[in-house]
Amino acid sequence: MKLKLHVWRQNGPKDQGIMETYEVPNVSPDQSFLEMLDDVNLALAKDGRDVIAFDHDCREGICGMCSQVINGVPHGGQERTTVCQLHMREFKDGDEIFVEPWKARAFPVIKDLVVDRGALEKIMQAGGYTSCHTGGVADGNALPIGKEIADYSMDAAECIGCGACVASCPNSSAMLYTSAKVAQLAVLPQGQVEAHRRVMAMTETAKEQGFGNCTNHYECQAACPKGINVKFIAKLNREYMKALFK
Amino acid sequence: MQLTQSSVGRKIIMAVTGFVLVAFVCVHLLGNSSVFIGANAINAYAQKLHSLGPFVWVFRLVMLAAFAIHIIFGIQLTLENRAATPDRNVQIKRLKTGFGAETMIVSGLVMLAFVIYHLLHFTVRVTNPEIYVPLGDHGMVDVYVMIVNGFHSALPVIVYLVGMSFLFLHVSHGFQSLFQTIGLSNDKSLPVMETISKLVGVVLLVGYISIPLLVVFGLIKI
Repeated sequence: MKLKLHVWRQNGPKDQGIMETYEVPNVSPDQSFLEMLDDVNLALAKDGRDVIAFDHDCREGICGMCSQVINGVPHGGQERTTVCQLHMREFKDGDEIFVEPWKARAFPVIKDLVVDRGALEKIMQAGGYTSCHTGGVADGNALPIGKEIADYSMDAAECIGCGACVASCPNSSAMLYTSAKVAQLAVLPQGQVEAHRRVMAMTETAKEQGFGNCTNHYECQAACPKGINVKFIAKLNREYMKALFK
Repeated sequence: MQLTQSSVGRKIIMAVTGFVLVAFVCVHLLGNSSVFIGANAINAYAQKLHSLGPFVWVFRLVMLAAFAIHIIFGIQLTLENRAATPDRNVQIKRLKTGFGAETMIVSGLVMLAFVIYHLLHFTVRVTNPEIYVPLGDHGMVDVYVMIVNGFHSALPVIVYLVGMSFLFLHVSHGFQSLFQTIGLSNDKSLPVMETISKLVGVVLLVGYISIPLLVVFGLIKI
């Protein structure tokens, strides 16, 4: 099939940036979205033009590197799907596709579709860990965790930190990301030691990094390629209140 | 400090003051609905309120504080949120949020303007002083006559219709939002709360606009 691509081109964080249009012939429906972009880049390189810069790593939907807003939706709007797992069969011949980077003050554009998501790491560094001494590898079942709690924690831990929640949020808030990182530890015994400090430090860092405030639009959950639920934001709010009135 | 400056702290303040405000509009509607029973009912209700004396002023101050805090933090948070996204994508497709949620600052500021008009109209008696007739010898005003006269011109009727439509928009997002913020939501309850939130908005809208509309259609008359 034949497609018309409108791609955001921007030469660094200070550059204005502009949408450029590319005609893409011979797109296979079996290609992934990134493979289609690879083909576009091959053609651009052949012509001696600047290739489109975009982030990718595992191409298996688990690393959280791919970060493109496709037709106005982070990761393209297919439920629980990262850009690398989005296939061209979802589009039809003659489609016009808009490809843009994550847009948020906390995510400066490095080039084209590549943004610096280091701000998410700063939130993680502020408290997304446990520092209690756990000793050697514990015997199996030495520390029993109920199935429901284990499932809850693992559901939160499914977050791959891609930043789609920020990109989809009208306020560019990182609250879903932060809440997943808080909630995954908050229900486990290992997470109790620093529970109060963690929620305060992580939410404070999110603010310092320039992310907006959560106003419960719930866009994040709809855009999240891992389906992280906004119930974790309610959990973060409870953890915050516990820390506040401790 | 933490509560009034942090992201989540201010969100909790918005939820708590929002709860006070939405509880007030519900009770206010309940009180107002005595107008449907008749002149004696609403006048008795008004007299009861006045007989509370200084408590009326305590109540007014609490409401004023909740209203002011809700507005100040609402504006501050909105400005911060706008600044967090200096330039937006060319294409934006929203998947979940709605018109009400996206226009909270607009509906909120319209509510502020409405409340000012409403107080000038029925409480401070500035906009339409001609609608007041005394009731008895104790300086009381005939509230029933005030309501009927108050909606005899087009302007107040239009202002109340528009104002209450924005109240509906604001509450239909805000009500469920406050439960999420104070941590009382989970994946099962949230969709239910979203429906209840819209219902609360509809009840408030229908309840409040029915009074001027019934006056216009002559069903509430002197």
